[in-house]
Amino acid sequence: MELLWIIICMGIVTFIPRLLPVYIMDRLNLPEWADRWLKAIPYAALGALIFPGILFIEEGLPWVGLAGGAVAVVLAWLRLSVLYVIFGSIAAVMTVQFFL
Amino acid sequence: MPGKTTLSDSSTTMCTAGWTAEIRRGMQASVPLIIGFIPIAISYGVLAVQTGITLFHTVAMSILVFAGASQFMAVNMIGLGIGALEIVIATFVLNFRHFILNLSLMNRLKHVPLRWRAALSFGITDEIFAVGSMEGERSRGPLSFFFMVGLAVGGYGAWVIGSLAGGLLSMIIPPAVGSSMSIALYAMFIGLLIPAARDSWRVGLIAGISAGICSLLYTVGLSNGWSIVLATLLGGMTGIWLIEQKQKGVQQSQAPETGSNR
Repeated sequence: MELLWIIICMGIVTFIPRLLPVYIMDRLNLPEWADRWLKAIPYAALGALIFPGILFIEEGLPWVGLAGGAVAVVLAWLRLSVLYVIFGSIAAVMTVQFFL
Repeated sequence: MPGKTTLSDSSTTMCTAGWTAEIRRGMQASVPLIIGFIPIAISYGVLAVQTGITLFHTVAMSILVFAGASQFMAVNMIGLGIGALEIVIATFVLNFRHFILNLSLMNRLKHVPLRWRAALSFGITDEIFAVGSMEGERSRGPLSFFFMVGLAVGGYGAWVIGSLAGGLLSMIIPPAVGSSMSIALYAMFIGLLIPAARDSWRVGLIAGISAGICSLLYTVGLSNGWSIVLATLLGGMTGIWLIEQKQKGVQQSQAPETGSNR
Protein backbone atom coordinates (compact mmCIF):
# COMPACT_ATOMS: atom_id res chain seq x y z
CA MET A 1 0.00 0.00 0.00
CA GLU A 2 2.81 2.39 0.79
CA LEU A 3 4.16 1.92 -2.71
CA LEU A 4 0.86 3.06 -4.16
CA TRP A 5 1.06 6.25 -2.10
CA ILE A 6 4.57 6.85 -3.35
CA ILE A 7 3.34 6.44 -6.89
CA ILE A 8 0.41 8.80 -6.33
CA CYS A 9 2.74 11.43 -4.87
CA MET A 10 5.12 10.97 -7.78
CA GLY A 11 2.20 11.57 -10.07
CA ILE A 12 1.22 14.76 -8.25
CA VAL A 13 4.74 16.22 -8.17
CA THR A 14 5.07 15.42 -11.85
CA PHE A 15 1.73 16.84 -12.91
CA ILE A 16 1.87 20.14 -11.03
CA PRO A 17 5.00 21.47 -12.80
CA ARG A 18 3.35 20.52 -16.08
CA LEU A 19 0.14 22.29 -15.11
CA LEU A 20 1.40 25.59 -13.71
CA PRO A 21 2.72 26.99 -17.02
CA VAL A 22 -0.81 26.84 -18.41
CA TYR A 23 -1.87 29.48 -15.90
CA ILE A 24 1.39 31.40 -16.00
CA MET A 25 1.53 31.73 -19.76
CA ASP A 26 -2.16 32.53 -20.01
CA ARG A 27 -1.81 36.05 -18.67
CA LEU A 28 1.78 36.66 -19.56
CA ASN A 29 2.63 38.49 -22.72
CA LEU A 30 6.27 38.06 -23.32
CA PRO A 31 8.70 40.47 -24.88
CA GLU A 32 10.21 39.38 -28.16
CA TRP A 33 13.48 38.21 -26.66
CA ALA A 34 11.73 35.97 -24.12
CA ASP A 35 9.73 34.50 -26.97
CA ARG A 36 12.96 33.54 -28.73
CA TRP A 37 14.23 32.06 -25.49
CA LEU A 38 11.19 29.82 -25.20
CA LYS A 39 11.50 28.84 -28.84
CA ALA A 40 15.04 27.62 -28.19
CA ILE A 41 14.04 25.59 -25.14
CA PRO A 42 13.11 22.41 -27.07
CA TYR A 43 16.52 22.18 -28.67
CA ALA A 44 18.35 23.09 -25.50
CA ALA A 45 16.33 20.47 -23.61
CA LEU A 46 17.17 17.77 -26.12
CA GLY A 47 20.85 18.65 -25.96
CA ALA A 48 20.88 18.53 -22.16
CA LEU A 49 18.90 15.30 -22.06
CA ILE A 50 21.12 13.45 -24.51
CA PHE A 51 24.48 14.47 -23.16
CA PRO A 52 26.09 13.63 -20.74
CA GLY A 53 23.31 11.16 -19.79
CA ILE A 54 24.08 8.86 -22.68
CA LEU A 55 27.53 8.20 -21.26
CA PHE A 56 26.01 6.52 -18.20
CA ILE A 57 24.11 3.77 -19.97
CA GLU A 58 26.69 1.37 -18.72
CA GLU A 59 28.30 2.17 -15.37
CA GLY A 60 31.92 3.21 -15.85
CA LEU A 61 31.90 2.46 -19.57
CA PRO A 62 31.02 5.62 -21.48
CA TRP A 63 32.02 4.02 -24.78
CA VAL A 64 28.93 1.84 -24.74
CA GLY A 65 26.63 4.84 -24.71
CA LEU A 66 28.85 6.73 -27.14
CA ALA A 67 28.75 3.87 -29.61
CA GLY A 68 24.98 3.70 -29.42
CA GLY A 69 24.76 7.47 -29.72
CA ALA A 70 27.12 7.64 -32.67
CA VAL A 71 25.12 5.04 -34.55
CA ALA A 72 21.92 6.89 -33.72
CA VAL A 73 23.39 10.16 -34.99
CA VAL A 74 24.49 8.58 -38.28
CA LEU A 75 21.15 6.87 -38.86
CA ALA A 76 19.22 10.03 -37.98
CA TRP A 77 21.48 12.12 -40.21
CA LEU A 78 20.68 9.78 -43.09
CA ARG A 79 17.04 10.65 -42.45
CA LEU A 80 16.09 7.07 -41.62
CA SER A 81 12.87 6.64 -39.72
CA VAL A 82 13.16 6.79 -35.95
CA LEU A 83 12.41 3.07 -35.81
CA TYR A 84 15.77 2.35 -37.47
CA VAL A 85 17.53 4.91 -35.31
CA ILE A 86 16.31 3.19 -32.16
CA PHE A 87 16.87 -0.38 -33.21
CA GLY A 88 20.19 0.49 -34.82
CA SER A 89 21.46 1.97 -31.60
CA ILE A 90 20.16 -0.96 -29.53
CA ALA A 91 22.02 -3.30 -31.92
CA ALA A 92 25.17 -1.20 -31.59
CA VAL A 93 25.00 -1.31 -27.80
CA MET A 94 24.40 -5.05 -27.77
CA THR A 95 27.37 -5.51 -30.10
CA VAL A 96 29.69 -3.43 -27.95
CA GLN A 97 28.50 -5.20 -24.82
CA PHE A 98 29.13 -8.53 -26.48
CA PHE A 99 32.74 -7.67 -27.14
CA LEU A 100 33.44 -6.34 -23.68
CA MET B 1 -17.56 20.89 -30.48
CA PRO B 2 -17.51 21.64 -34.20
CA GLY B 3 -17.63 25.29 -35.11
CA LYS B 4 -16.05 28.14 -33.26
CA THR B 5 -15.37 28.34 -29.57
CA THR B 6 -15.18 31.85 -28.20
CA LEU B 7 -12.85 32.25 -25.28
CA SER B 8 -13.97 34.39 -22.39
CA ASP B 9 -10.45 35.36 -21.46
CA SER B 10 -9.21 36.39 -24.85
CA SER B 11 -10.52 38.04 -27.93
CA THR B 12 -9.38 35.27 -30.22
CA THR B 13 -11.53 32.42 -31.34
CA MET B 14 -10.25 28.92 -31.80
CA CYS B 15 -11.63 27.19 -34.81
CA THR B 16 -12.59 23.70 -33.71
CA ALA B 17 -13.93 22.59 -37.05
CA GLY B 18 -12.05 19.61 -38.37
CA TRP B 19 -10.94 18.54 -34.91
CA THR B 20 -11.27 14.84 -35.63
CA ALA B 21 -8.98 15.21 -38.61
CA GLU B 22 -6.48 17.02 -36.44
CA ILE B 23 -6.57 14.31 -33.79
CA ARG B 24 -5.99 11.75 -36.49
CA ARG B 25 -3.08 13.77 -37.84
CA GLY B 26 -1.62 13.95 -34.35
CA MET B 27 -1.94 10.22 -33.89
CA GLN B 28 -0.25 9.65 -37.23
CA ALA B 29 2.56 11.91 -36.13
CA SER B 30 2.75 9.95 -32.90
CA VAL B 31 3.65 6.73 -34.72
CA PRO B 32 7.44 7.32 -34.49
CA LEU B 33 6.83 8.24 -30.88
CA ILE B 34 4.91 5.02 -30.28
CA ILE B 35 7.66 3.06 -31.97
CA GLY B 36 10.18 4.73 -29.71
CA PHE B 37 8.13 4.47 -26.54
CA ILE B 38 7.35 0.77 -26.81
CA PRO B 39 10.90 -0.60 -26.39
CA ILE B 40 11.50 1.90 -23.61
CA ALA B 41 8.19 1.09 -21.91
CA ILE B 42 8.83 -2.62 -22.23
CA SER B 43 12.30 -2.28 -20.75
CA TYR B 44 10.79 -0.23 -17.92
CA GLY B 45 8.18 -2.93 -17.31
CA VAL B 46 10.80 -5.66 -17.38
CA LEU B 47 13.08 -3.77 -15.03
CA ALA B 48 10.28 -2.90 -12.60
CA VAL B 49 8.92 -6.41 -12.25
CA GLN B 50 12.39 -7.92 -12.10
CA THR B 51 13.13 -5.50 -9.28
CA GLY B 52 10.21 -6.98 -7.38
CA ILE B 53 7.50 -4.44 -8.05
CA THR B 54 4.11 -5.95 -8.78
CA LEU B 55 2.59 -5.66 -12.22
CA PHE B 56 -0.18 -3.51 -10.74
CA HIS B 57 2.25 -0.95 -9.31
CA THR B 58 4.39 -1.02 -12.44
CA VAL B 59 1.49 -0.10 -14.67
CA ALA B 60 0.05 2.30 -12.08
CA MET B 61 3.26 4.29 -12.21
CA SER B 62 3.06 4.57 -15.97
CA ILE B 63 -0.57 5.66 -15.76
CA LEU B 64 -0.13 8.22 -12.99
CA VAL B 65 3.34 9.58 -13.65
CA PHE B 66 3.92 9.17 -17.39
CA ALA B 67 7.56 10.23 -17.30
CA GLY B 68 10.03 7.60 -18.46
CA ALA B 69 13.32 8.74 -17.01
CA SER B 70 11.89 9.30 -13.52
CA GLN B 71 10.13 5.94 -13.57
CA PHE B 72 13.41 4.19 -14.30
CA MET B 73 15.04 6.14 -11.52
CA ALA B 74 12.23 5.40 -9.06
CA VAL B 75 12.38 1.69 -9.81
CA ASN B 76 16.10 1.80 -9.16
CA MET B 77 15.56 3.56 -5.84
CA ILE B 78 12.81 1.19 -4.77
CA GLY B 79 15.14 -1.70 -5.50
CA LEU B 80 17.77 -0.09 -3.29
CA GLY B 81 15.24 0.31 -0.46
CA ILE B 82 15.44 4.09 -0.49
CA GLY B 83 12.75 5.91 1.48
CA ALA B 84 9.48 7.30 0.16
CA LEU B 85 10.24 10.99 0.69
CA GLU B 86 13.53 10.78 -1.20
CA ILE B 87 11.90 9.02 -4.11
CA VAL B 88 9.16 11.62 -4.37
CA ILE B 89 11.62 14.53 -4.10
CA ALA B 90 13.95 12.97 -6.66
CA THR B 91 10.99 12.50 -9.00
CA PHE B 92 10.05 16.15 -8.60
CA VAL B 93 13.58 17.34 -9.35
CA LEU B 94 14.07 15.10 -12.35
CA ASN B 95 10.70 15.99 -13.87
CA PHE B 96 10.89 19.69 -13.08
CA ARG B 97 12.23 20.35 -16.57
CA HIS B 98 8.67 19.75 -17.81
CA PHE B 99 7.77 23.04 -16.16
CA ILE B 100 10.19 24.81 -18.48
CA LEU B 101 9.11 22.79 -21.49
CA ASN B 102 5.48 23.61 -20.85
CA LEU B 103 6.24 27.33 -20.49
CA SER B 104 7.53 27.05 -24.03
CA LEU B 105 4.66 24.92 -25.29
CA MET B 106 1.79 26.71 -23.56
CA ASN B 107 3.14 29.94 -24.99
CA ARG B 108 2.05 28.57 -28.34
CA LEU B 109 -1.39 27.50 -27.19
CA LYS B 110 -2.85 30.71 -25.85
CA HIS B 111 -5.68 30.47 -28.32
CA VAL B 112 -6.96 27.34 -26.61
CA PRO B 113 -9.51 27.37 -23.75
CA LEU B 114 -7.74 27.25 -20.39
CA ARG B 115 -9.23 24.00 -19.15
CA TRP B 116 -8.31 22.20 -22.33
CA ARG B 117 -4.71 23.34 -21.97
CA ALA B 118 -4.73 22.22 -18.36
CA ALA B 119 -5.92 18.76 -19.35
CA LEU B 120 -3.35 18.52 -22.14
CA SER B 121 -0.52 19.50 -19.81
CA PHE B 122 -0.72 16.11 -18.10
CA GLY B 123 0.33 14.35 -21.27
CA ILE B 124 3.41 16.36 -22.15
CA THR B 125 6.62 14.40 -21.94
CA ASP B 126 9.98 15.33 -23.48
CA GLU B 127 9.36 13.55 -26.74
CA ILE B 128 5.76 14.69 -27.15
CA PHE B 129 6.91 18.21 -26.37
CA ALA B 130 9.72 18.01 -28.93
CA VAL B 131 7.50 16.71 -31.73
CA GLY B 132 4.82 19.24 -30.85
CA SER B 133 7.29 22.12 -30.80
CA MET B 134 8.71 21.24 -34.18
CA GLU B 135 5.22 20.96 -35.57
CA GLY B 136 4.61 24.41 -34.15
CA GLU B 137 7.65 25.70 -36.01
CA ARG B 138 6.50 24.06 -39.22
CA SER B 139 2.84 24.96 -39.29
CA ARG B 140 1.58 28.07 -40.95
CA GLY B 141 -0.90 29.03 -38.25
CA PRO B 142 -0.88 28.59 -34.50
CA LEU B 143 -0.10 25.18 -33.04
CA SER B 144 -3.02 22.84 -33.43
CA PHE B 145 -4.42 21.76 -30.07
CA PHE B 146 -6.11 18.65 -31.41
CA PHE B 147 -2.91 17.63 -33.11
CA MET B 148 -1.29 17.76 -29.69
CA VAL B 149 -4.16 15.71 -28.24
CA GLY B 150 -3.66 13.01 -30.88
CA LEU B 151 0.06 13.05 -30.21
CA ALA B 152 -0.33 12.81 -26.45
CA VAL B 153 -2.99 10.10 -26.57
CA GLY B 154 -0.86 8.02 -28.94
CA GLY B 155 2.18 8.39 -26.74
CA TYR B 156 0.30 7.76 -23.49
CA GLY B 157 -1.39 4.66 -24.87
CA ALA B 158 1.90 3.25 -26.12
CA TRP B 159 3.60 3.97 -22.82
CA VAL B 160 0.98 2.29 -20.64
CA ILE B 161 0.49 -0.69 -22.93
CA GLY B 162 4.25 -1.09 -23.38
CA SER B 163 4.75 -1.03 -19.61
CA LEU B 164 2.12 -3.74 -19.21
CA ALA B 165 3.72 -5.81 -21.96
CA GLY B 166 7.15 -5.40 -20.41
CA GLY B 167 5.87 -6.45 -17.03
CA LEU B 168 4.32 -9.55 -18.54
CA LEU B 169 7.38 -10.32 -20.65
CA SER B 170 9.77 -9.85 -17.77
CA MET B 171 9.97 -13.54 -17.16
CA ILE B 172 11.12 -14.21 -20.71
CA ILE B 173 13.51 -11.33 -21.36
CA PRO B 174 16.95 -11.83 -19.84
CA PRO B 175 18.30 -8.86 -17.85
CA ALA B 176 21.22 -8.46 -20.28
CA VAL B 177 18.93 -7.61 -23.17
CA GLY B 178 16.96 -5.30 -20.94
CA SER B 179 20.03 -3.23 -20.16
CA SER B 180 20.91 -2.69 -23.81
CA MET B 181 17.41 -1.40 -24.41
CA SER B 182 18.07 1.55 -22.15
CA ILE B 183 19.77 3.33 -25.06
CA ALA B 184 16.38 3.52 -26.75
CA LEU B 185 15.39 6.65 -24.82
CA TYR B 186 18.51 8.49 -25.97
CA ALA B 187 18.19 7.22 -29.52
CA MET B 188 14.71 8.73 -29.61
CA PHE B 189 16.00 12.11 -28.42
CA ILE B 190 18.74 11.96 -31.04
CA GLY B 191 16.20 10.96 -33.67
CA LEU B 192 14.24 14.10 -32.82
CA LEU B 193 17.19 16.48 -32.64
CA ILE B 194 19.37 15.53 -35.59
CA PRO B 195 16.88 16.17 -38.41
CA ALA B 196 16.20 19.64 -36.98
CA ALA B 197 19.93 20.27 -36.49
CA ARG B 198 20.60 19.15 -40.01
CA ASP B 199 18.22 21.75 -41.34
CA SER B 200 19.55 24.53 -39.15
CA TRP B 201 23.02 24.92 -37.69
CA ARG B 202 21.55 27.22 -35.06
CA VAL B 203 19.55 24.32 -33.61
CA GLY B 204 22.66 22.19 -33.40
CA LEU B 205 24.56 24.99 -31.75
CA ILE B 206 21.87 25.61 -29.13
CA ALA B 207 21.72 21.90 -28.34
CA GLY B 208 25.49 21.62 -28.24
CA ILE B 209 25.90 24.57 -25.90
CA SER B 210 23.19 23.20 -23.67
CA ALA B 211 24.84 19.77 -23.61
CA GLY B 212 28.12 21.39 -22.70
CA ILE B 213 26.56 23.35 -19.86
CA CYS B 214 24.81 20.23 -18.59
CA SER B 215 28.06 18.27 -18.58
CA LEU B 216 29.80 21.07 -16.74
CA LEU B 217 27.11 21.32 -14.08
CA TYR B 218 27.04 17.57 -13.61
CA THR B 219 30.82 17.41 -13.24
CA VAL B 220 30.69 20.14 -10.65
CA GLY B 221 28.35 17.97 -8.63
CA LEU B 222 24.86 19.18 -9.43
CA SER B 223 22.26 16.43 -9.54
CA ASN B 224 21.07 14.96 -12.79
CA GLY B 225 17.72 16.70 -12.62
CA TRP B 226 18.94 20.19 -11.78
CA SER B 227 21.74 20.01 -14.35
CA ILE B 228 19.20 19.34 -17.05
CA VAL B 229 16.90 22.11 -15.85
CA LEU B 230 19.64 24.76 -15.64
CA ALA B 231 21.29 23.70 -18.88
CA THR B 232 17.94 23.89 -20.65
CA LEU B 233 17.35 27.40 -19.31
CA LEU B 234 20.86 28.69 -19.94
CA GLY B 235 21.29 26.91 -23.24
CA GLY B 236 17.90 28.21 -24.30
CA MET B 237 19.08 31.74 -23.62
CA THR B 238 21.53 31.49 -26.49
CA GLY B 239 18.41 31.36 -28.63
CA ILE B 240 17.87 35.01 -27.81
CA TRP B 241 20.83 35.80 -30.02
CA LEU B 242 20.82 32.84 -32.36
CA ILE B 243 17.20 32.71 -33.42
CA GLU B 244 16.32 35.13 -36.17
CA GLN B 245 14.46 38.18 -34.97
CA LYS B 246 10.95 38.53 -36.31
CA GLN B 247 9.96 41.67 -38.13
CA LYS B 248 6.91 43.49 -36.81
CA GLY B 249 4.86 42.56 -39.85
CA VAL B 250 5.32 38.86 -39.33
CA GLN B 251 4.43 39.22 -35.63
CA GLN B 252 1.02 40.66 -36.37
CA SER B 253 0.09 38.15 -39.03
CA GLN B 254 0.45 35.47 -36.39
CA ALA B 255 -2.67 36.65 -34.55
CA PRO B 256 -4.49 33.35 -34.17
CA GLU B 257 -7.68 33.26 -36.14
CA THR B 258 -7.46 29.93 -37.86
CA GLY B 259 -7.12 26.69 -36.00
CA SER B 260 -6.43 24.22 -38.77
CA ASN B 261 -3.09 24.34 -40.48
CA ARG B 262 -3.44 22.29 -43.64
